[in-house]
Amino acid sequence: MKVLLNWLREFAPIEGDPAELADHLSDLGMAVEEMRVLPSLDGVVVARVAGLRPHPEADRIQLVDVELPGSPGEGTDGALQVCCGAFNMSVGDLVPLATIGATMPDGMQISERRMRGQLSQGMCCSAAELELGADAEGIMILPSEFELGAPLMSQLGLAGDVLYDLEVNPNRPDAMSAAGVARDLAARLGVPFRIPAPVVSETGEDISTVASVEIIDADLCGRFGVRVIRDVSIGQSPLWMQARLTLCGMRPINSVVDVSNYVMLELGTPNHTYDLALVPGGHLGTRRSAGGERLVTLDGSEREMLRGDGLIVDRDDRPIGISGVMGGENTEIGDSTTAVLLELAWWDRLSISRTSQRLGLRSEASMRFERGTDHELVPIALDRFCELLDRVTPGGVSVCRGRLDGRGDLPSTTRVRVRPARMSHLLGRSFSADELRGLLDPIGLQCTVADDGVLEVTIPSFRPDVVTETDVAEEVARHYGYQRLGRTVPRSPEPGRLTPAQRLRRELRRVLVGAGLSEAMPNPFLAPDAVRQAGIDGAEPVRLLNPLATEESVLRPSLLPGLIAAAAYNSSHRNDSVSLFEIGVVFGPPTARGGDVAAPDMTAAAVLPIETEHLGAIWAGGEAADAVHLTELIATAFGLHLSLTNANDLDGMHPVRAAQVLLDGQPVGVVGEVDPVVCERHGLSQRCAWLHANVEPLLAAASASAERPYQLVSTYPSSDIDLAFAVPDGVQASQVRSTLLASGGDELRSVELFDIYRGDQMDPGTRSLAYRLRLQADDRTLTDEQVADIRQRCIDAVEHAHSAVLR
Amino acid sequence: MNGPATDTPAGASPEALLASIDAARGQGLAAVAAAATSDELTQVESTLFGRKAALGQIKQGLGSLPPDQRAAVGRALNEAQQDLRAAHAEAADELAASARREQLQREWLDLTETPPGPERGHLHLVTQTTERLEDVFVGMGFTVSEGPQAETDWYNFEALNLPAAHPARSMWDTLYLDLGERTELGDGEGGEASNVVLRTHTSPVQIRVMEVQPPPIYTICPGRVFRRDTADASHMPVFHQIEGLVVDRGISFADLAGTLEEFTSAYFGKAISSRLRPSYFPFTEPSAEFDITCVICEGAGCQTCQRTGWIELGGCGMVHPNVLANCGIDFEEWTGFAFGFGIDRLALMRHGIDDLRDMYTNDIRFLGQF
Repeated sequence: MKVLLNWLREFAPIEGDPAELADHLSDLGMAVEEMRVLPSLDGVVVARVAGLRPHPEADRIQLVDVELPGSPGEGTDGALQVCCGAFNMSVGDLVPLATIGATMPDGMQISERRMRGQLSQGMCCSAAELELGADAEGIMILPSEFELGAPLMSQLGLAGDVLYDLEVNPNRPDAMSAAGVARDLAARLGVPFRIPAPVVSETGEDISTVASVEIIDADLCGRFGVRVIRDVSIGQSPLWMQARLTLCGMRPINSVVDVSNYVMLELGTPNHTYDLALVPGGHLGTRRSAGGERLVTLDGSEREMLRGDGLIVDRDDRPIGISGVMGGENTEIGDSTTAVLLELAWWDRLSISRTSQRLGLRSEASMRFERGTDHELVPIALDRFCELLDRVTPGGVSVCRGRLDGRGDLPSTTRVRVRPARMSHLLGRSFSADELRGLLDPIGLQCTVADDGVLEVTIPSFRPDVVTETDVAEEVARHYGYQRLGRTVPRSPEPGRLTPAQRLRRELRRVLVGAGLSEAMPNPFLAPDAVRQAGIDGAEPVRLLNPLATEESVLRPSLLPGLIAAAAYNSSHRNDSVSLFEIGVVFGPPTARGGDVAAPDMTAAAVLPIETEHLGAIWAGGEAADAVHLTELIATAFGLHLSLTNANDLDGMHPVRAAQVLLDGQPVGVVGEVDPVVCERHGLSQRCAWLHANVEPLLAAASASAERPYQLVSTYPSSDIDLAFAVPDGVQASQVRSTLLASGGDELRSVELFDIYRGDQMDPGTRSLAYRLRLQADDRTLTDEQVADIRQRCIDAVEHAHSAVLR
Repeated sequence: MNGPATDTPAGASPEALLASIDAARGQGLAAVAAAATSDELTQVESTLFGRKAALGQIKQGLGSLPPDQRAAVGRALNEAQQDLRAAHAEAADELAASARREQLQREWLDLTETPPGPERGHLHLVTQTTERLEDVFVGMGFTVSEGPQAETDWYNFEALNLPAAHPARSMWDTLYLDLGERTELGDGEGGEASNVVLRTHTSPVQIRVMEVQPPPIYTICPGRVFRRDTADASHMPVFHQIEGLVVDRGISFADLAGTLEEFTSAYFGKAISSRLRPSYFPFTEPSAEFDITCVICEGAGCQTCQRTGWIELGGCGMVHPNVLANCGIDFEEWTGFAFGFGIDRLALMRHGIDDLRDMYTNDIRFLGQF
């Protein structure tokens, strides 16, 4: 929110360096996002149009003779000659003239130059060019009372002013106005703050004879103030007002709208004006819609109401506005308006919030109503409006006597018990009751100290956000200064540490990095099609209800789509043969997570997708062996019993180059090669090796295995025997190995597959698998007979179990 | 080679024997010196040692000498033999060493032409940053907590003092899951408790920790979070956050400020300090923004910090009593603080990366740099 320093000064004698004031504002929680000392616009002065002549060479430019005392020029009668593209001024008008050497707000320097052969000795400026208003079409016509030759900014009352752009937190409704910001800053600076009482001369008839108000739904509208103003003539508001509005980010429109906005910016009280002539009997009612009613709002759109939306209705119950959000076109102020019905209401915050969000109508007004306005300001703001409109209307206006003040449900005054000990506890610094009062009173939180030392704090109507003792603690901290509170470091009674799973997950990442894989982080959101493209045909993936785009509308059921896309991206950028891994969550079908839902009123059937953390690893240009080797590396690194069993037609995988990974016999993942069809779909001409495993059981087993007991290293000699079998293709090498291990007994220490042979010397459908067996005992040297015995046992077992033949 | 010694007749005089010993030694030494290779040296061995060698034969004739003369001749004989053996051993060592040198010379390699070997991979910057952060906090006595990424409305909002229709809910652009039965989006009345969202912060993990672990609690919650934000240079719909939670007896705002200061100097270095500014979050009261000294200019003022000397890092505050109450914690007995900030941005800041999206292209030319 933007505020001008001079505007703040109308409420409190705020002095000091603008930058220091900015620091105070930030420290009070109104972060200064931008501070702009208004350009002094040196060299931009008030000048008079002395003559207008056509440019001999150009239609769209005219020559202006500009009179500026003490500056003789080349125009008629010694006036300055200025080329100007605007035609809105008349002889005798006062205009801003940027003289030679002046710098414009956009940095442009004014110099003497020729336009189409004609000398231009300065520039007549529009409001937009001076960043003082919205109008870029015409030259600013200045009030006739401005002093000829004087600097423009001093004449506008803007000289030396400072514009602060503040970030106001949602819990600071009071800071949504110049007065509110001034109150906070004055408290910090220790200077008095006061909202001046507006002066209204009531010259019209009694308001009750021309207007009435009725609050039908009291929970919607807490207070509905009305004033009636006659003899209104719609015109432009004065330049000082336009300048302030423009600088604060609002577009000047006409005198009535400008005054309305000015009051809102000043006091934080949005208000609405109706053309009295268009409101039958001057009657305003407010109620909630039953739904289905239609209204064309000021922006020209037709809006349909939902049940509960707040409405303003006329005597005939016809909607003429949406409460706190936007007025209706049917009662809009126009050029012919002469009598204004002014509404200044206090609305239920949640109602306004809901309606404005639903309609997508977020305005300066709705923003303030949503945060909560100050209902006690209603009469003051009504009067301020009348005072200002009277001042800006040539000849003044006639204000009807009295105000209407409809009442609905207003929040009762909040009183909070504040224990100094609790404040001290929460803030880590000891505060006495007096100190607390010294901090709270200036911002309107009135304190009385009870006998027991506890403060009773009365919360003002402009601070609806302050409800509890803790809220008061924030106010104390804010005004004492967050930076002045101490710094202490509490110590956990327990040492910090990672859980075994967290430690092992880190270890796993390092094993993968050591094996040459780099960690990728693909988007977990996928296009539904991407799942199918990756060959995954299982259960429907979990969908997003409100995705940003279809390409990101489902949650990944596997790490494959993301990693193969990452591999393909690299391949298409000539990063050949990358190997990537990811450890991340995949989402399975929704399942009731019974028991872990603690919400008191929640159905136990909180249905959430199943999340499992997976490891995915892909080798572009790799072969199944790469993935198998990594599996073995992981098994070795963590002491896991991982084994493989060939499996055909797995999702996304090569139909016959794939296996399931078993951990202690239970499937935990798959290993092999990606289906070449899937690779091709992604533009990958190479094979891709692939490993996908559920990390959780791996880490759990690794954690258990980390405590494994020491196996004695035998000091007795070992014997190696080599056995080669002709094994049918249908039998997996791993099965033969298992059989050997199972039949070799304690003395069989290791089995290594060291040779595989397929070829002429083998029967079709078989291959030779050669294993080296190492035999050793812990307590003796094995005799030749014992070795022979074990050898025979192994041969018999393999031949028997697998229809294999020793070669 | 078989010089005069072999011709020495048995029963020669001691003087003659001594002379022939001397001669044999001289010839032997010459033969050893003449051997150019280990093989040649082996060939001369039989002429030097053994019974048929010159000295060997003299030794055989020693018995014919009168006993009183034997000692002197025997001594000379032994000395000569020792001399030959020493010379032979030295020559053998020398020749072996020289042969080895020659062989090794033939094994010359140009080590600069070695083909590339196995490569090491790289951890993602987000992982590296997360681990660094975890390490700092673990060193400060914190544990690390984790939780689900898809959450119920309760954990993501309600338990955090954000009841349905709370205006502050618009502070987060939330992604909802379509789990079949529910279709109404966010702000409608009722039915919200059963909405399932992708967590917009890791705060739900804090709730889950407080539900199961009685205080004292000192934990951090790093993890992936989701917002309905269009990707640009500084936003991603999926990014990473770390939050911290302390609940203990007597925890104050000063403890929050002190803890964040300790973290700041531990993570960013002694030159960087922290400050707190008032802010608003529904789940903390008092609430604060957490700024650190600009890490680029160290506070002098630069473009990155918009000449303020400070960078906004995250939000923090004292845990709201309603949040503690929602987790069954007595807020008169226990107080706490919480804080949170983005992990991704820290990675960008540390390495001078301008565009957040670069971190998620998974281009090996990016990943391989860190």
